[in-house]
Amino acid sequence: MARSTFVYVTYIRTTPEKLWKALTDPAFQEQYWFGMHCESGWTAGSPWKLVSSSGQVFDAGEIVAAEPPRRLVIRWENQKPELKPEGASLCTMELEAIGPTVKLSITHSIEREPSKLIAAVSGGWPKVISNLKSLLETGSIALLEAYPSAQAR
Amino acid sequence: MSEPNRDADLLFKALADPSRRKLLDLLHAHDGRTLNDLCEHLDMTRQAVTQHLDVLEAANLVATVRRGREKLHFLNPVPLQEIYERWIAKFEKPRLKALNDLKRRLEKAHG
Repeated sequence: MARSTFVYVTYIRTTPEKLWKALTDPAFQEQYWFGMHCESGWTAGSPWKLVSSSGQVFDAGEIVAAEPPRRLVIRWENQKPELKPEGASLCTMELEAIGPTVKLSITHSIEREPSKLIAAVSGGWPKVISNLKSLLETGSIALLEAYPSAQAR
Repeated sequence: MSEPNRDADLLFKALADPSRRKLLDLLHAHDGRTLNDLCEHLDMTRQAVTQHLDVLEAANLVATVRRGREKLHFLNPVPLQEIYERWIAKFEKPRLKALNDLKRRLEKAHG
């Protein structure tokens, strides 16, 4: 079957341990994920949810693999009525120390082509990753709003 | 990849070439392509395409994934997001929109 995939890579001046904490700590997530946070036990088999600041569950699934501070795999299902029928996608986060930086690779794929879910998350991830990089490197985030153009209108 | 200014230099150098921008457009249209697939769409030697891809990868605009014997190339938009934040987002959106509308109207009138 056809597959839709994106691969996002960034190099962050930090340590794998700090980056792992940033990826799995709800208070940290809220700062760079536009107020959203994850709820999970972060071990293989534990449920996983992406929750908005108002408590709405946007995505849900399960931790497929967790090898701190190197690799995290999430079975990721969007909960919107128009995206839920697409079923589960797989989000893999890999952390690799390279010199003074950590290479963070996020691969998100689903076994269908085209995919509305992949199209939807592909716009969000660069903003989230860019904020995460800024937060870890400078202590502040780059973008306060996920869609600043909508605010300016 | 350790120094911010060097990262920006590599990025703008990579974007300064029309063939490399075309490669990014090809990946945007269809991600996860092999070298052979990309060569089919470009009037260049295989070696030239490889060199351009190396520059794009050094600038982190292209990420590669090995799948069996194949090397797949993916457009990585994260550095473009950083350009956007540094050079575009901080300027006022309504003004950019007004200019854009004006440009479109004028070009339409002349075309």
